[in-house]
Order: sequence, then structure tokens, then C-alpha cells
Amino acid sequence: MAAKVPFSQEIGHLMYAVGGSPIDQCIQCGTCAGVCPSAPFMQHSPRQIIDMIRAGLRKEVLSSNTFWYCASCYQCTVRCPQGIKITDMMYALKRYTMWRNQQPEELIGPDFCRNFVTQILKTGRSFEPAMAPVYMFSLGLGGFVREGLMGVSLFFKGRMSLIPKKIKRIDNFRRMIAKIVPMEGIV
Amino acid sequence: MKKYAYFPGCSLESMELSYHQSTVEVSKALGVELQELEDWNCCGATAYFHVDEFLAYALCARNLAMADKEKLDVVAPCSGCFKNMYFTREHLKEDPDLAEHVNDALKEDNLRFTGASRVRHLIDVFVQDVGLEAVKKAVKKPLKGLRVATYYGCQIVRPRKDHEEIERPRFFEDLVAALGAEPVDFLWKLRCCGGSLIVTNRQAALSMVRDLLEEAVRQKADLIVTACPLCQVNLECYQGHVNGAFGTNLSVPVLFFTQLMGVALGASPDSLGIGKERVSAEAALGKVAP
Repeated sequence: MAAKVPFSQEIGHLMYAVGGSPIDQCIQCGTCAGVCPSAPFMQHSPRQIIDMIRAGLRKEVLSSNTFWYCASCYQCTVRCPQGIKITDMMYALKRYTMWRNQQPEELIGPDFCRNFVTQILKTGRSFEPAMAPVYMFSLGLGGFVREGLMGVSLFFKGRMSLIPKKIKRIDNFRRMIAKIVPMEGIV
Repeated sequence: MKKYAYFPGCSLESMELSYHQSTVEVSKALGVELQELEDWNCCGATAYFHVDEFLAYALCARNLAMADKEKLDVVAPCSGCFKNMYFTREHLKEDPDLAEHVNDALKEDNLRFTGASRVRHLIDVFVQDVGLEAVKKAVKKPLKGLRVATYYGCQIVRPRKDHEEIERPRFFEDLVAALGAEPVDFLWKLRCCGGSLIVTNRQAALSMVRDLLEEAVRQKADLIVTACPLCQVNLECYQGHVNGAFGTNLSVPVLFFTQLMGVALGASPDSLGIGKERVSAEAALGKVAP
């Protein structure tokens, strides 16, 4: 019978490619939680999430909004006295939950990312108006109207293009992508 | 004259065209030659790394391989593009197996990543390669009396290890001082603007933006300058949202550092894309004697 890998090791493996110290080196000093500008909005601070991973609280970790509220500012990463790449850990957790399709439903992050990547694989460039439908409806009626008006004002300031840009060698580009990820249903 | 492969990035094509215009103007005035990287693709922002790490590296590597072919260093005005391409190069250089895998995919576009081209942020090119003395000499209209909050944001300095000072950088203040302006002591200069949370967690991002704007007001800054398009959008375009959410009455112009440089170098506001802001910078710039 195969040995069961503890959850903390599973997450550790996900971070293997990015380097940095393994999360069992964490001394729970809380520097990450203290410097994180997003921590007040997270269910669990970065320090708590690391402790929960080590305690094997798989369900609680995967359903937490913590890593989805990471803005990638890297303040925790540069300040961690143990050299743990905490921002990269947050990315690893996002990928892991998306892959397992386990993210909490109320989050916008997962759909936003999928939509963004799909757009880029189609044209090679990003295009803001294509992103709007993913989150506009989450803003409530007032927010929806305000966001729409901002779009219109940016358009009249010459800051909003209605035509997506496309790279020239898009066919080569797509063949290149197809060597890395399955393209079915994307383009 | 030093020549670079210029990677404008997606937001400089539309929402932040003014950053592109002012970059071109200032580079011309300072003898920096920018050759747009032919057929560049999106760097992936933060989204690629959420979805597939290897895909993220491959897409950045395509841009790096095109620069390798031209034998030019890449210069990116966007901090996100800069960070993604800078670290892709680092990773691929450290991990030859990963590089080989990426190169196998790049064959489809007849490209090969070698790692020869370095990745630079535009502000480093002006500060280090052109140099502050040369900038000072080129100033035609010193920005005397203008109080400027220099907002570094995150990814110009983090998580880079090769940068001289990631905790207390001064190069942005020094650049602004070289233009004759007065950099204020901007406490939150390295704190995050919320980045893409403006879409995925509006409340968190707006509160981060509010903190930054309030600090700029406390320091009596006439305007904020930034070196990243996403910071500019969050700090400027969403000021109305911040005021709506928190009952504040904030109104702080946010320009790109290249626009401020352009003004000091004597370029016309039009050529620098000044006037496209939602929070007008006219009154602040009016403080500078013509």
C-alpha cells in the first residue's frame, strides 16, 4: 500500500519549483501577518495559514479566502526572517484549489484569472473590457452603474479601446501554448 | 546613445497611453533609444501564475527570447511586466531543465531563450544608465515649489535581491529632486495599492488606496507620481469610489514619473498625455512658474 503524504508536504511540493525555505522552517513570528496590507480582510492571516497547513487542516485551508486576498506585494516574502517565499505559497494554494475546483463560490479571483488567461491565449494581449463581465455583477446595482460610468468616462478620455489587440504570429503562439497546456475549449 | 528593446505592455496601449507617450518623449530628450520589441505578448500579469506556473514562464520567455535575438536589454515601464520577466529570466537561468522545456515550446515560434538580455525597469534606466546628473542638466523648467509624493509601489523593488535597498530606497525621491521638485516624506511609499484586488476584493483595495491618498494629503503633496500603470489606475481612477465608500473628499492628482520628467524637460503637456486624468493635474502643475 502506498504511503499517504501529509498535507503539509503536499503544499511543500507545490512550492518546490520556486525555491526558498520549506514551510516547516516557519517560527510563527507573525512578521508576515504584521506587514500584510490585506491581512485585516483575510479569514486567516498568513502566519495562521502556515500553521494550519502544518497541522494538516486541509479542508479549512482550502476553503479559506486568505490566499485569494493576497495582492502579490511581496512584503511578507522580503521580510520573512526564515526565507520562506510566502507570496509564492499563496500562488501555489490558488493553483491547487483551482485545480481541485474547491475555491469558495463567492470569490471573484478564480473566474477572473481563468478569463484573463483565456483572453491572452486567444490574442496574445490582454483586453480590459473583456474582463468586465466576470466581476461587474458582483458589485450590486449601484456599483455596476458606477463602474459603467467610469468605463464611459475613460473611453471619452481616450483611455479605453473597444478593439482587442492581437499579436502578429498568433498561430505560432498558439502552437507554442498547446505544447504546455491543453487548448481545447480555449481557442 | 544606449539602445533598449522596449516592452510597453498591454495597459500602455489603452488605459495608460499617457505613460507610453511620456516615456517616448522623455527617452528622446535624454538620448535613450527605445526599439519596440517586435510582436511582444502579454506578460501574464498575476493571472498566469494563478493558473499554471510553467505557462507563465513560457509566455514571459517568448518576450525574452525575442530580445535575446535583437541582442538588446528589455526595458519595461510597468512594474508587473518588469517583475514577471525579471524573475522568469532568473528562474530559467538557475534551472536549465525548465529552460530546456520552455525552449522546446518556443521552437514553435522559431525562438530560443538564452538569458543574454537583461530585464530593466524604465525608472532604473533613467536613474542608473542616464544618471541623475545628466537628468539635472537636461531640465529646462525646474519644478520649484512642487511637493511630490513618490510612490514606489511593490514590484519595482520587491522581491528583488539585487537592488541596493529594498527597505528604504531613495532613488525615486532623488530623481524628483533632480527635476527641481520637492519630494515629501511619503510614509506609505512602499505599501501596496491593492493591485488586482481592485477587481477581486474591491473593499480591501479601496481601503488600501484610501490610506495612501490620505498620507499624501497629510504630507501636503501637490501630486503623487508612480512608476506602474496599475498603481495609477487604482490611485487615480478609483478616487471617486474611495470617497463614496468612506465618505472622504480626496482629490489628489496621480501622474507617471515620466510625465513629471517631461514637464521639467520642457515637453508640451499634450505630448505627455497630460489631460487624460480623471483627477486633473492642471492646478498642481500650475504652481510651477512657466
